[in-house]
Amino acid sequence: MIDMANFTPVESVVGGMLIGAGALTLLLCQGRIAGISGIVGGVLSQLWQRAAGELSWRLMFLLGLIIGPLLWFQFDFAPAISPTLQSYSVGWLLAAGLLVGLGTGIGSGCTSGHGICGIGRLSVRSVVATLLFMASAIITLFVVRHLLGGAP
Amino acid sequence: MRPWLSSLIAGLLFGLGLAISQMMDPAKVLGFLDLAGNWDPSLMLVMMGALAIYLPGYLMWVKPQLAGRAEREKSATASVISAEKPMTWHLPTKTRIDAPLVIGALLFGIGWGMVGLCPGPALASIGMASGSLALFLIAMLAGLAMVRLSQR
Repeated sequence: MIDMANFTPVESVVGGMLIGAGALTLLLCQGRIAGISGIVGGVLSQLWQRAAGELSWRLMFLLGLIIGPLLWFQFDFAPAISPTLQSYSVGWLLAAGLLVGLGTGIGSGCTSGHGICGIGRLSVRSVVATLLFMASAIITLFVVRHLLGGAP
Repeated sequence: MRPWLSSLIAGLLFGLGLAISQMMDPAKVLGFLDLAGNWDPSLMLVMMGALAIYLPGYLMWVKPQLAGRAEREKSATASVISAEKPMTWHLPTKTRIDAPLVIGALLFGIGWGMVGLCPGPALASIGMASGSLALFLIAMLAGLAMVRLSQR
């Protein structure tokens, strides 16, 4: 059953097009993939291996990524974002974060890198990755929410 | 355009898109992943909106250049934005569906389904200054760093 009360088609398409425009800007101006896990991984790699000129575009992109929502929400995220994160235990949050970091690192991409930029370049690898992480997330949530009855 | 400025603009567009599409709200993302409950299709429309911009842009402005790259390497006209120097493309070259891709995507999906956060929205929400988010982010960065260190 479709949740018509929460479905936001206009905001989704407009926001999605902006995400696509941002990713395309990075591709055309820098020749780079706007995959967040890849960009962050690249910044982390700089901690032990230095490559001149590789850090600034990554940091500027991440700066924009953080400033954009701050401006949109006018420095107050509370009305827009559900407080679900606060209901999880410390261990749950750490485990989820670690799995996301390890998984996107090992699988070379996340929702942005594979889901948008990869599919947007018609990469079969990225289509497969996207289907797999979506299926894995859907099954995980089903088990947690409907079988175990925990978590919001 | 100066490299740092184009990267900043790309990040701003991406971050604004995440905010407007409500993809920074973990409850909204979980609403999409919860096929067995009230299903919110919004995330699918966000991806379609992003692809509607990215895919045609890639096909029109990038793919033709990649195809003719070898011939054009000496002519120095490869760049779309600046005519001064040819564009260097940093695009993934792997095409094989290998074990890391599959395992990584499955692990990432588990973490994503546990809390509804993937790397983009997690980083874009830094301005929210939430302790729960910080736990997730620290673990995510640790996971990404572990993978990068092991690949060194």
